[in-house]
Order: sequence, then structure tokens, then C-alpha cells
Amino acid sequence: MSRKPQPERNQAPVVQRIRIRYAKRGPMRFSSHRDFARAFERAILRAGVPIAYSQGFSPHPKVSYASAAPTGVASEAEYLEIGLRAPVEPAALVAALDAALPPGLDVLDAVDASVAGSASLAERVEASAWRVELVGVGVDDLRSAVTAFLAASEIPVERLTKQGRRTVDARGAVLRMTASESASTAPYGVSVAPCAILDLVVRQVTPTVRPDDVLSGLRVVADLTLPVPPRATRLAQGTLTAQSEIVDPLAVDRGEGVTGVPST
Amino acid sequence: MSLDSVAGTPAPAALSVWPRLEQLLPLISKPIQYVGGERGSVVKDWDATTVRWALMYPDAYEVGLPNQGVQILYEVLNEQPDVLAERTYAVWPDLEALLREHGVPQFTLEAHRPVGAFDLFGISFATELGYTNLLNALSLAGIPLSAADRSMEHPVVVAGGHAAFNPEPIADFIDAAVLGDGEEAVLEITDIVRAWKAEGCPGGRDELLLRLARTESIYVPRFYDVQYLPDGRIQRVVPNRPDVPFRVRKRTTMDLDAWPYPKKPLVPLAETVHERYAVEIFRGCTRGCRFCQAGMITRPVRERSITTVGQMVREGLEFSGFDEVGLLSLSSADHSEIGDICSGLAQQYEGSNVSLSLPSTRVDAFNITLAEELSRNGRRTGLTFAPEGGSERIRKVINKMVSEEDLIRTVVTAYTHGWRQVKLYFMCGLPTETDDDVLQIARLAHEVIKAGRAATGSRDIRCTVSIGGFVPKPHTPFQWVAMCPPEVIDDRLRQLKAAINADRGLGRAIGYRYHDGQPSLIEGLLSRGDRRVGAVIRRAWESGGRFDGWSEHFSYTRWVEAAAQTLPPQGVDLDWYTVRERDEHEVLPWDHLDSGLDKEWLWQDWRDSLAEYEQDDCRWTPCFDCGVCPSMDTAIQIGPTGVKLLPLTPVSARSAAEQAPQSGTTGGPVSASLRVPTP
Repeated sequence: MSRKPQPERNQAPVVQRIRIRYAKRGPMRFSSHRDFARAFERAILRAGVPIAYSQGFSPHPKVSYASAAPTGVASEAEYLEIGLRAPVEPAALVAALDAALPPGLDVLDAVDASVAGSASLAERVEASAWRVELVGVGVDDLRSAVTAFLAASEIPVERLTKQGRRTVDARGAVLRMTASESASTAPYGVSVAPCAILDLVVRQVTPTVRPDDVLSGLRVVADLTLPVPPRATRLAQGTLTAQSEIVDPLAVDRGEGVTGVPST
Repeated sequence: MSLDSVAGTPAPAALSVWPRLEQLLPLISKPIQYVGGERGSVVKDWDATTVRWALMYPDAYEVGLPNQGVQILYEVLNEQPDVLAERTYAVWPDLEALLREHGVPQFTLEAHRPVGAFDLFGISFATELGYTNLLNALSLAGIPLSAADRSMEHPVVVAGGHAAFNPEPIADFIDAAVLGDGEEAVLEITDIVRAWKAEGCPGGRDELLLRLARTESIYVPRFYDVQYLPDGRIQRVVPNRPDVPFRVRKRTTMDLDAWPYPKKPLVPLAETVHERYAVEIFRGCTRGCRFCQAGMITRPVRERSITTVGQMVREGLEFSGFDEVGLLSLSSADHSEIGDICSGLAQQYEGSNVSLSLPSTRVDAFNITLAEELSRNGRRTGLTFAPEGGSERIRKVINKMVSEEDLIRTVVTAYTHGWRQVKLYFMCGLPTETDDDVLQIARLAHEVIKAGRAATGSRDIRCTVSIGGFVPKPHTPFQWVAMCPPEVIDDRLRQLKAAINADRGLGRAIGYRYHDGQPSLIEGLLSRGDRRVGAVIRRAWESGGRFDGWSEHFSYTRWVEAAAQTLPPQGVDLDWYTVRERDEHEVLPWDHLDSGLDKEWLWQDWRDSLAEYEQDDCRWTPCFDCGVCPSMDTAIQIGPTGVKLLPLTPVSARSAAEQAPQSGTTGGPVSASLRVPTP
């Protein structure tokens, strides 16, 4: 399946880099980033992907992940990059990996990103678009909370981290915020409850501002309380246009990738 | 995710709890363990099946998911078209509190159905410390704790696993217990339930249990009365119904090649204690270690052939994507073709990142040859040797036939072959044990380090001494012994630590791990208890007992108090069950449960133990009449078959890709072919 990991410096070199977009859907949104990484590495083995390994006594498959959605948050736009020791067709890779992963962890897209000097995935992630479903919240309450939020210049909120409590500004990174009424059936099957939708575009900053922080901000400025836990989904992440629109980070690679010339 | 719409209008009892559970998961840690959807899991249409099992391993998901027994039964049952099996595990206290607050019942992972809606609720007990988790699951499922209080609407609660060889302490809480191998037993139970349901459930729950009991291999505690002597001992255990057998026999699956499970192992998303494809290379053991319940109750030895092992490993890895294989058994180096299995697999997976491991090995140099073979890939797994007893004398008592010379030579061989660390496993609290027997462990460890340094010329070698507490178990020659009080064990462990560190130069190279004596005492109460111990378990659970196998959750005080409150009114106490030696003619709580072992032979072996007489292994020496083969109509089944594992067919497309000209960095038309795995 792969070259012998020992002795050292005997791993086959990377000949192709592929960037992959994948989704975390439904119940699988409760997988942590580590859970996903383990499942993905097994899927690589099962699909027979000619993955390259790092050198050393404990070789690791060459997989690097762009900023991952928090545990419990769904996503339609997660990205990673793999290094291969033999070239594969991106479309075949999508099919093989998706079949090897459990339903709900879905591989959506893959592009060849082998061109030297192209920007890294991390460099292409400037912002994320989020949709948060708020069951039990009336849309009018949400609208006035949004107005108050946008009117503030800074909203410090507390977040519990492994290192203890930490204060972040929930306002500064928010580029866009809108409230609307849920068009679909309520997510928890509780059809009687009202359900409001919060759409967000948040700039990628350090420390990261997550949907939870924004909701804390809404509680701080407008006392917005949530009767049941919200359900958030990352809809997109990528580079930002001047109009705060998000551009797929794979678009550039795709444009360059099609110029590839058959080598045999 | 709710399956309600998929399943049409199912019986209300089988409605998915997912919509309610989903709201609780953001509030707890590691929610993925409650989500299901693992590779290998099976979701079936409730209404399209006739017999429905909920299977539980009564510990947390991270421990329970890798359990072989549950995985095997799960697959065997789901292969039946009209049978549905789903899994459930013990929920952690954070979720338990929320489930109780919101009225959400214990649920299965596959379709998040309430456990109470199933026909059968099967629980596999590897250890007695899971009993409080059984009560907690019953309580969360809304199933009455006492079997006597259950009606037609409740599942039949069936216990299995090694602890089921004495299910008396949980006799009040279970409806039935299966002794021995489960593969065929679950299908037989399924057949009985299917037929009974097809007939319109005649005679209700009672009739169903009677039909199970009539198989003579399924124990239904309610059909037996226990009578006690004035001094608290059991007078007798007798059936209270006609046509219920006096003794219930264990099940033995003879042809392991006919039952090559798991074929489709469960691949967890959450992190678990073992992430590997595990294949049993044989079942049973006749080495005759007198403390070892597993070795006694799983006789005779039945090997899986080298061909089946090779095929299971290949298919299991392809299915799962695991990069580790465990070759399991009670003493893996004893397989008649272990050398060929190891070299064959090592050759097949050479150059891959798949690692092979061989747990439960014996103390000899052959074992190191095997370990070397398995570490061809460069990934060297740890080496553990289990002399079990520190002195030559105590090793004779427990029938662990390893001389000190052999042990030192074996460990030194490991060091000279490049292992820098080995683990040595011992027990404390063994019958007839003195302080000196335990202190000999320190001397042995010192000798190992000295010899290792001399042989390698290096100071960079270590050993870890790991001590477990001895717990006497039913159906072993030590079933009569008095346990050692926890204070004595703890004192010996303190003395041992001091003795190891008495020579600082050597002590520095020796790691020391041990468990306190207290949990062992409670495990001893539960393992040799009778029906009166059920009250202790219930009280311990009521006062918060959960996850007793976890040191951070186990409370000795809670158990001692529960015993003090419930046992004296019944004329017995904790000491009576634990530190009291039984005599030859005492009726033991499990005497009516037939493991095949002849009680007179067990008693003789116990006497032999006191005489420090060593008993050979009947695989290679004549039969010593333990009784299992004739009484169970079974026989030892071992090789060799003479077959060798062939190299795996190379995947031609992949090698083509490896050799493809790699000009340019864009993917050319010559691409590695990928496997699209079937679900």
C-alpha cells in the first residue's frame, strides 16, 4: 500500500498535491476534528489512495487541514490538502474517498493543487459564512438583537477554553449579519416552535470568532436567550471580495489545473 | 436523521429519540460516541423484522465498542434477514443527568430507538464490575429492575460473557443467562422467540422463558429456588418447575472456521481503547493456570486454521481501513502454527504501514522470534511477559510453569534483540502468598536489569513491573480460597516498592504500577456471590455506583456501606463472601451451572496446588481428566494443517501507478486506480 517506513528517509516523495472540500452533515456534526482525521486516514487506506508519508520513525500520512469547524457545528465547506506519491484523477478520488467515509462525512470536491508557488489553503481562508438555526426564537426578537449588535463597535464576550476563561470581541470580526424566518420545517422536529435564522459572515481572525461567540454577543447586547441549543452550519469559507462575498478557495487551483498536459 | 418518516408509522415504542437527544448532545463531552453511524453498523427497517435485539456492553463506548463478543453477535444476528440487532453502551454521568431531566430513555446507536422497545436486551459481562451499569441502563430504559416485575411489554433481559458463569448476584435483574460461546446460542434464542411470536405469544412471558429453559443451555434463574442452611451456606438449588433441568450446560462452538466473525468489524469515529482488527486465532486454553477463569471455562482448545486467519485479516483490513491487527487468544504463542501465521502475515504486509501484534504470550524465547517477525515493518509493539508470581514456590501454587532462569533468559534475549523496555506482569494476594513471595518480584526485577545490562553493555534498558490483584473466580481450582484482606495487599505492595528502590541504581530502571487491594475485594464479592448479593449491587447503584471498573468512579466506601446495610439482615456479611475459605462439600452458588469441569477434579487441583504440584498441558501430555471433553462431548481441535499463507496478489494497477513516469506535477492520464469500497 505504501513504501516501507523504515529505515528513515526512505519514503516516496510527494508527486501530487490535492485539495479537497468536504462536508460534516447531520449527526456527524458531533464528530470532533480528531474524530474526522482518524476516519479520513482510514478512508485513505481503504480506498487505496497512494498517500505519501512523512519521514522518521513514526511516519504519518501527508494530510493537512484548514481551519476546522467546532465539534457540534455542521459544515458544507471544510478543506484539507493531501500529498500523494502517485498521481490520481481528482474526480475518482472524490468518489473513492466518499464511499470509504461514513454517510454524513461527505467528500464534495477535489482539485489538483500541485502548481508550485500557489497560495496555501490557510492563506485563502479569510472568512466564513455561517447559518444558525435558532429554535424557539421569534424572528422579530432576533431582528432587534441583530440591530443592537451591529450598532455596537465592540462586544466583549467570555469563552471557556481549556486554558480557562478568555475574553474575545464578538463584534469586530462580523462583516455581515442578517435575521430571517425559517422557511423549512423546524430542525428538531418541533414544528410548533418558532424558528429564526441568523446568517453571518465572519472574518478569520486570531483568536477565531465562532458562531457561539456571536450568540454570546447577542445575549450581551440584547438579552437574547435560546430555549434549546442552536444548530449552526458553515456554508462557505474562502477569500473575501470587496463586497464581503466569499470565493471558493479551490477556484484558483481549478483554473490552473485544467491546463495540465498528459505526460505520456 | 429521525427514521420516523422512513419507517412509515412504526409502533410508537420504536420511535427514534434522536430529535430529543440531538438537543442534548451539544451540552455534553464527546457527543460523537452517542451518534452511531460507524462503518460496520447496520440500520434496518423495524417493521420488516420479527425478532429485535438490543445488545449492550456495560461500559463506556470507548471500552465497549472494540469488544469482540458484542461485535460477533451483532454481525451474526444482523445477517438474519428478519432479525434486527442494535447496540447500546453505558452513558456517562453528564448525559445520564440530561436523559433523566428530559425523560429520554436509554437508546441504541443505530436508529436511536428506546431499549425498552426491543424483544431482547442482551448484555455481555466481561467483568462483574459492570453490574451497576446494567442496573443503570435498565433504569434509564424504563425496564423494571426486578425481572419479576416485568411484563409482556418489556424486553427479555439476557446476560452473557464470562461473568455469566455465575450470574447469581444479578439473578433478580436478568431473565436469562447464556453460559459459554454465544454465536449459536443467540440464533437458537432468536428461533425460539420467533416461533413463540408467530404463534401469538402463547402463555406470555412465562411460557417464553420456559421454552428457553428447556434448551438446557439457557439459565432462567426464576425457575430455580435457593435454600439456605442456618449458618448462611447454601443447602441446595432446585428447579421449581417440572421439565426444567437440574443443571444448565455451557455452549461450545466447535468449528471456529465455520464462524469467521467479525467479518465486518465496527470502525468507530470516536477514539476507543483498541483501534485494530482483532481476530481470535483460537479459543480455550489448557495451560491450567489455576487463577485463570477464562482458561478453565473455555475448554477445550479450538484453533482457527491458518487459512481462515489469513482470510479474515485480509478482508477485515480491507473492510475497516485499520492499520493494526491483533491476533487474540488466551495464549497466542500456543497456536500449533503460530510461526507460520506470523511469518506469513508479516510477509504479506511487509512494506505497508500495517502493524501486527500478539498479545497474551508466554515467557520463552520463541515468543521473541515471533515478536521480531511481527515487527518487520519497523513498528515494534511492546513486549509483556506474565510470570504472575514472584517466587518459584508461588508459581508452582498457581501452576504458572516458568523458572526464574527461563524468565531472565527470555527478557535478556528481548534486550539483545533491540527491545529497550519490557513489561512484567504479576499478581498479589494469591493463595498461600507470604510477604516474601511478593518481595521476590523485586529481586527478579533487579536480576533482569543486571543481566540485561551485562548482555547489552548498555544502561539504556528498562522494565516495568505491573501488579494486579488476584480475585478468586467460580469454576477454577481457587473457587474455595479465602481472599487476602486489602490491608495486607496494600502493605505488601508498599514493601515491594521499597524493595525495588532499595538498590537505587537498579530501581531507577524499573517502573512500578499497581492497583489497590480494595477494588479486588469487591470484585471478589461479586464474582463468588449468591443471590443475596443482588441487594448489595442494588444499594450500591442507588447510592450512585456507576462505572465501577474505572478507578476514578469506583468507591470502596460505597460498596462497604451497601454490603453493611444489606447483608447482615440476610445473615451474612462482606467477609463471609470474601476472606472465608470454603470447604470441599459446601454447595457453591454456581454448582448447578455446568462448565464441564468436574468439581472433584477442581478440588484435587486445589489440593495439588497446596502441595505445589505442577499440572501439564493436555495438548501435549495425556488427559488429566478435568472433565470438560467427555461431559460436553467435545474434543481438543488443533493443527497443524501444514498450509502456508501465500503472498497477497499485488494490486497491479497500484504498482503501475508507482512505476508511472512522474513528469510534471499535474496529474497525467496514468493515475493510480482507487478502490471504491462497497458500503
